[in-house]
Amino acid sequence: MLQVILKRIAIAIPVILVVASITFFLIRMAPGGPFDAEKVVPPQVMKNLNAVYNLDAPLLVQYKDYMFNLVQGDFGPSFRFPGRSVTEMIFTSLPVTLELALYAILIAMVIGGFAGVIAAVNRNTALDYIPMTIAMIGICMPTFLLGPLLVLIFGIHLELLPVSGWGSLAGDKILPSITLGAAYAAYIARLGRGGMLETLGQDYIRTARAKGLPEYKVIIRHALQGGLVPVVSFLGPAIAGLIAGSFVVETIFQIPGLGRFYVEAAFNRDYTMILGTTIFFSTLIILFNLLSDIAVLLMNPRARSEA
Amino acid sequence: MKNSYIYLLLLVTFVGCSKAIPPVDSALDQQILHFGNGSEPQGLDPHVVTGVPEHHLLIAMCEGLTISNPKGGENLAGVAETWDISGDGITYTFNLNKTAKWSNGDALIAEDFVWSWMRILTPSLASQYSDMLYYVEGAEKYYFSKSLPLEALGLLEYILDEKKLSDYHSTVNTFLTRNDLDVEDVTLKSDIDPKLFFRLLDDIEAAKSAMMTPKFVKNFIEPKASMLKIIDDWGFTSITPAFNFDEVGVKAKDKHTLIVTLRSPTPFFISLLSHYSTYPVHKNTVLKHGTMDDRRGLWTRPGNFVCNGPMNLKSWELNKQIVVEKNPLYWDADRVRLNEIRYYPVSDESTEDRMFRAGQLHVTNVVPLEKCPVYIENKNPDLRIEPYMGTYFYRVNTNHPALKDKRVRLALAYALNRKQIVEKVSKCGQEAAYSFTPPGIAGYNPDTSIPFDPELAKSLLAEAGYKEAGTFPVLEILFNTQEGHRKIALAVQQMWQQNLGIEVRLVNQDWKVYLAREMTGDFQISRAGWIGDYEDPNTFLDTLRPNRGNNKTGWENEEYDSLIDTANSTYDQALRYEYLNQAEKLLISEMPIIPIYTYVKAYQISSDVKGWYPNIIDTHHPKYIYLER
Repeated sequence: MLQVILKRIAIAIPVILVVASITFFLIRMAPGGPFDAEKVVPPQVMKNLNAVYNLDAPLLVQYKDYMFNLVQGDFGPSFRFPGRSVTEMIFTSLPVTLELALYAILIAMVIGGFAGVIAAVNRNTALDYIPMTIAMIGICMPTFLLGPLLVLIFGIHLELLPVSGWGSLAGDKILPSITLGAAYAAYIARLGRGGMLETLGQDYIRTARAKGLPEYKVIIRHALQGGLVPVVSFLGPAIAGLIAGSFVVETIFQIPGLGRFYVEAAFNRDYTMILGTTIFFSTLIILFNLLSDIAVLLMNPRARSEA
Repeated sequence: MKNSYIYLLLLVTFVGCSKAIPPVDSALDQQILHFGNGSEPQGLDPHVVTGVPEHHLLIAMCEGLTISNPKGGENLAGVAETWDISGDGITYTFNLNKTAKWSNGDALIAEDFVWSWMRILTPSLASQYSDMLYYVEGAEKYYFSKSLPLEALGLLEYILDEKKLSDYHSTVNTFLTRNDLDVEDVTLKSDIDPKLFFRLLDDIEAAKSAMMTPKFVKNFIEPKASMLKIIDDWGFTSITPAFNFDEVGVKAKDKHTLIVTLRSPTPFFISLLSHYSTYPVHKNTVLKHGTMDDRRGLWTRPGNFVCNGPMNLKSWELNKQIVVEKNPLYWDADRVRLNEIRYYPVSDESTEDRMFRAGQLHVTNVVPLEKCPVYIENKNPDLRIEPYMGTYFYRVNTNHPALKDKRVRLALAYALNRKQIVEKVSKCGQEAAYSFTPPGIAGYNPDTSIPFDPELAKSLLAEAGYKEAGTFPVLEILFNTQEGHRKIALAVQQMWQQNLGIEVRLVNQDWKVYLAREMTGDFQISRAGWIGDYEDPNTFLDTLRPNRGNNKTGWENEEYDSLIDTANSTYDQALRYEYLNQAEKLLISEMPIIPIYTYVKAYQISSDVKGWYPNIIDTHHPKYIYLER
C-alpha cells in the first residue's frame, strides 16, 4: 500500500512539471499581453513595465527563471494585482473555496446518498422513479440557472436569505452551498443507486437475508460498504472539480474564492496567476484522485489484493 | 455524517427564521455607505494602479492639490487652498492648506508633492500614468533619460560631448594598441548634438574592421548596439543625458508653497490635479515597506497605509470588500458625514442588480444590459441615466486599400442611422453622437454634424469607384465578445448592407485578442470606446494626433496636429476652443473614426443617498455624501 502511494507521488512530480511547462508556453501563444488595455501606454512606459516583470528577456530565459523559482515554491508576483504575490492570493482565497466545496460535497453526499440508497432499495417503485427523475433534472440544470433562481425565491421574494456574500451576513453561505452541491447530489444519487443495486444482487446479501437479518441491518451493515464504492471513487475527482469549478457559483454569489481569480487571470493574461493556479489545481486533482483511490483500497478487499 | 446532520439542522433553522434586516436599513444610523465597485482593485498605490474602481477608492483615501467638483465644472480646493497662475499660463503657485495632515498625524508639506511626482516619474516604478505629468516642464525628459540603461547613458554622454570627441578618437586609436581602457574610466558632462553620435558610429565601424578584441567589443561595440536599438525603438531625436530632477518644473518654495512650471500653457492642468496619478504619497511609509520604485511594496496594506484623504483604510479582504472609515485628521473632517464606506468588487452585473434589490447595496456600478430598457419602461425610481464623458465609435483602418479613400469612410458614416441605433438597439438613454468629443465637456460644444443620408452616401461610394453593387470588398467589423457590441454591430451590418449594398462580416474576439489586433492594425473596422481622463476636449482630440498610441487608425494629418498644438499653446480659452473646434471639424470631414453614440452612466442608487449629484465625469466625492431617509 505504502509502495503504491510512493509510486503515485513519484509519478505526480514530473506530471506537474510537464503541466507547468505546457501552460507556460500555451499562455504565451495567446495574443495580447498582461498590460494591453483600451488605453495604450506610451512605448517607453511599456518597455519599463516589461523590464520590471522580466518580460523583455528571451522566452526561454523567462521559462528557465520561472521554473527555477517554481521549484523553490515561488509563483512570482501577480501582473494584474501589483501589490500581491500569486502564492498570497491562492492561499487567501483557497480556504473560502475549500469551505464552499466542503459544504457542497456534504450536501451532495447526504442528499444524493440517501436518495440513491432509497431508490435502489425500492427499485422500480415510485420511491425509485421520483428521486431519479429529480436527479436527472439536477444533472441537467446548470448552476448559473439554479443559483439565480434560488436567489430570486429565497433572497428577493421571501427575503429570508442574503443574495450574496460569504461570511458577512447571517445565512449567506446556505444558497451557494446548495447551488454548488445540487448537481453533485444528483450524480451521487445515480451512482449510489447503481452501486447499491449491484451489491444487493450479490450472494453474501442473500446469505445475510437467509440468516434472517432485518432488511435495514442488511443494508446498513452489509450492502452500504460495497454499494458506495463507486460514490467514493467519484468523490476524489468531484472535490477537485468542485474547487476548480466553483467559478460560476463564486461569481453569482460574490464569493471571494479562488475560482474567480483563476478565470479572470486567463482573461487578463495575468501569466503568473494563470500558471500558479493551474499548477496548484493540477496538484489538487492528483492529490484527491490519490486519496479517493486509497479510500477505495481500504473499502474494497478485492482491489486491495490486486494492488 | 454527523456534521452534515448539524448542517442540515442549521439550514432549516436559517430558512425558518424571520426576515433579515437589509444592510441598507441598518446603515442609516451608522452612516455606512454600501458601494458596488465593479471589480477588485489592482491595488491602492495611486502611482501604480489604473482603472475606475481604483479611482473610487483613492478619491476617498487620498487627496491631490484639487478635487473634482461634485456638481461638475471647475475643480475645487484640495490640499491646495488657493493657487495663482502666471499671465502666460506657465507658472502655477499653489498655496497649500496649512492644516493638511497625513493620516498618521504628520504635516503635509510641499516637499511631499515634489517627492511623489519624482516617484511616479521614476521609470523603474513603471507607472502607466507617468505621462499625466508630461505637461510639467522637464518631466518627459527626466523620464526618458532615466529610462536609459546606465552603461548606455554613460556612453551616450561621452560620445555626444564634442569636447570629448577628440579624446575619443585618440582613445579608439589607443585602444587598438593598448587593451586597458574601460568605459568607467571616462568622466562625462555635456551639451549635445546627436549628429556627433552618428559620426562616432562610423568611427566605430572603421575601428571594428581594423581590430576587434573581445574587450573592445564588450566595452564599446555591444553597449552601442543595445543603445542604438533603444534609440531606434523610442524614436529619440535628442537626449539630455543624466537629467536631474532639479531640472523638472516642480519646486517646494517653502513648506506650504509649491511652484509648478509647465512646458506650455495647459488650460486643463488644474483638472488633472484631481487624478490619482498626481496624488502625494507618504515618503517614510513608502520607504519603510520597500524602495521608492517598488511596485509590490506592502505600504498599501491595512495597518500600514498612510494617506491624506477624508477616509482611512480600515480593512481589505481580497475580492470581498474594502472598508474605509472617517479620517478625523482630514483638514475638512467637519464636512465628512459618512462614518464608513464599504466597497464591494461585484463584477457580475446581475449579481449586483440582485444585491441592490435585496438591500445590500446603496449604489450600483452598472445596470445589466437587458434590464435597462425594462427599468426605463417600469419607471424604476432608483434608476439613474446621466450623460457621461465617453464616446462609442467605430475605428477605421485607413491603411486598408478601400478605406484609404475618405469618401468611402464618409459614405460609411452617412449610411448609419444613429437615432435608430440608440432608440432601437442600445436602448439605455444613449445619445446619438455627431462629434468625437461629447458635447458639453467644460463648456466645449463642437459644431459638427454627420447627416444620415443614404443617397449622399451612395453617391460618395460611387465617386470612389464603387458604382456597381457588389464591387466593394467584404468588410469586417471587429469587436470584443459582448452582447451589447454584437447588437450594435448587427444593426450597422444591416444598415451598410441595405443603404450601400456592402457585404459585412462580424468578427468577435476575446478582449485581449481584440486589443492585440487593433494595436497591430490587423482589422478593417473595429468597435471602440473612449472615456475621457479629465474634463477637457483635449483628452479626446489628442488621441487622434499622429504618433499617438491610441490613434490606431493609421490616419495622420499634419493640419490636425498643428491645430491642436496651436490650441494647447493658447491660453485664452474661447480662442482655444475655436481651434479645437476647427480640428474637430477636420476630423469629422476625414472620418478616420465614425462616432456612434455618447455614453451614459446608467446605475441604480438608493433614495437614502444624499449629496450625490450627476456630473459628466461620474465622480462623487465622498466628503459630500450622506445618508438620510
